[in-house]
Amino acid sequence: MVVFALTFIAPLVYSVYLSLFRDQLVGGNVFVGLDNYAQAFADEKLLEGALRVGAFLAVQVPIMLVLALIAALAIDSKRLAGSSLFRIGLFLPYAVPGVVAVLMWGFIYSERLGLAGDVNDTVGFDLMTPLSGDWILFAIGNIVTWEFMGYNMLIFYSALRAVSHDVYEAAAIDGAGQFRIIWNIKLPALRGALVIATIFSIIGSFQLFNEPNILKSLVPTLITTFYTPNMYAYNLSFVGQQVNYAATVAIIMGVITAVIAYVVQLRGTRGGAR
Amino acid sequence: MKRAAPAFDRSPSALRPRRSIPLGIVMAVFLIYAFLPLVWLLINATKTQGDISTTFGLWFGSEFALWDNIVETLTYGDGIFLTWLANTMIYVIAGAGGATLLATLAGYGLAKYSFPGKRAVFAIVLGAIAVPGTALAVPTFLMFSQLGLTNTMWAIIIPSLISPFGLYLIWVYAVDAVPTELLEAARVDGAGEFRTFFTVALRLLAPGIVTVALFAIVATWNNYFLPLIMLNDPQLFPLTIGLQQWNLQATGVGSDPIFHLVITGSLLTIIPIVIAFLLLQRFWQSGLSAGSVKQ
Repeated sequence: MVVFALTFIAPLVYSVYLSLFRDQLVGGNVFVGLDNYAQAFADEKLLEGALRVGAFLAVQVPIMLVLALIAALAIDSKRLAGSSLFRIGLFLPYAVPGVVAVLMWGFIYSERLGLAGDVNDTVGFDLMTPLSGDWILFAIGNIVTWEFMGYNMLIFYSALRAVSHDVYEAAAIDGAGQFRIIWNIKLPALRGALVIATIFSIIGSFQLFNEPNILKSLVPTLITTFYTPNMYAYNLSFVGQQVNYAATVAIIMGVITAVIAYVVQLRGTRGGAR
Repeated sequence: MKRAAPAFDRSPSALRPRRSIPLGIVMAVFLIYAFLPLVWLLINATKTQGDISTTFGLWFGSEFALWDNIVETLTYGDGIFLTWLANTMIYVIAGAGGATLLATLAGYGLAKYSFPGKRAVFAIVLGAIAVPGTALAVPTFLMFSQLGLTNTMWAIIIPSLISPFGLYLIWVYAVDAVPTELLEAARVDGAGEFRTFFTVALRLLAPGIVTVALFAIVATWNNYFLPLIMLNDPQLFPLTIGLQQWNLQATGVGSDPIFHLVITGSLLTIIPIVIAFLLLQRFWQSGLSAGSVKQ
C-alpha cells in the first residue's frame, strides 16, 4: 500500500499541483491557477498531436481488432490443423520488446538496408517508401498491429473457450451453419472481451510514444518533437525544462483517455444481458 | 447411454468439422506476418556489416558471421552489453518478482477476506489499471528527482513493483480457484492463516501466479519509457535503452556504423524472453483462460 501510494497517488497529486504553477523569469515559481490549461487548449502543437493519435486510433485499432477477431475465430473453429502452433506463433510478437520491434521494422522499412529497398531494386522504382511523409503513420500502425494483434487474439480466444459446447451442439441440431453460429453465439459471447480490448487499445493509442520516438532516429525530419501528445510532454519536460506545462499536458491527455475509455465501457456493457 | 439417431452422436469427432484449407491459408498468412521480422532479424544477425546492406534481406550473405557478431556484441565498449543484460536481470528479478509477490498477497487477501471499504478498493484498482504507465512516468520522475532517487536502480524497481492488472487477475482468479470451504476446513483443523495460505492457497493459485509473473517479467524486460527518463548513466541502462543508444550511434551524425551490433544485440535481447514464454506456455494459457472458463 505504501508502494502503491508512492508510485500512483503521489505522482498524480504532484502533477496536478505542478500544473497549477509556472516558472517565470520574473518572480520564480508562482501559482497561476488554470492558466496552463488555457494555454494547452490553445496550443496548436498539442492539438496536432492529439488529432494525429485520434486518426491513428480510428484506423489502426479497428483493423487490429478485426484481424485479431478473425484469427481467434479461426483457431476456435477447430477446422484448422496445428491450431496451437498458430496460437503461440501469433502471440510471440507480444513478447518482443517494443524497442526491438521498432528497430527490426525500422531496418526492414529502410530503403538502404532493408526489405523495402530490396523490393524497390527489384521493381526498379520506389514502390515502397514506408519512411516517407505519406506513409510514416501507417508504418507506425503496422508495428503496433504486429505487436499487439496476438495479445488481443488470445483475449478473444479465451472468451470463446468459455462458451459451453452444448450451445454449439444445440445450434447445430437446429440447423445453424458456421456463420450463423459465429454471428448469433460467438460474437455476443465476445462482447466483454471486445470492450476490454478496445479500451486497452484506446489507452495505448493515446499514449503512443515508443514507436515514433525510436523511429525518429531514422527519420528525424518527419517525426517532430510534438508528433504525439506523449512525445510532446516528454520533450517539454526533458528538453524544454517546462515541467509545469508538461504536467498539464499529461493530465489533459489522461483525462481525455479516461473519458473515452469510460464511454466505450458504458456503451459496450449497456444492452448486454449482464 | 444409447441414442436413437446416430447423427447426434456425442463423441467429439462428430462435433469436429472437416479441416478447412482456405482457413489454413489465411492463418498461414497471419503466421508469416508474425514471423517475418523475426526471421529477418535471425538471418541478418548472421551477416557482416557489408552484407546487411548489399544482399537480399531474407537470405543469407556471403559469409556466416553470426559467431563473430555475437562476440563483437558482447565485447564492444568494454562488454557494456553484458552490463546491460545484468541490469535487466536485476530489474526483472527485483521488479517483476516483487510485483508478483505483492499482487499475489494483495489479490488473495482481497478475494478471501472481507473488510469495510472493499468495494472502494475494487473501484480504485480498476481505475488504476486504466491509468497508463507512461502518463505516470513524467510526474514520477519529477517526484523522484526531488527525492534524489533518479539515476539509481531504485527509480526503475519501485515503480515496477505495482501491477494493478496483476492484482486484479489474482483477485478474480482466487475467487474461483480457492474454495472458501477449503480454507474454512483448514482453519477448523487448526492451521494458521499463513500456514493456510502457503500450504493450500498457493498451490491452487499457481497458474494465476505464473501468468502474472510472466506478464510482469515481459513488462519489466521490455520497459523503455521509464528507464529512458529515469536513467542517464549507461552503466545502469537495461538492454532496451542500450540498444536504442547503439542505434542512435549508428544513425546519428558522425556515426559509427554498428548496425550489425544493433541487430545481433536485438536478437540476443529477445531470445531469453521468448524461451520463457515457450517454456511456461502451459501455465499462462491455463491461467489466462481459467478466469473465463467456467461451465
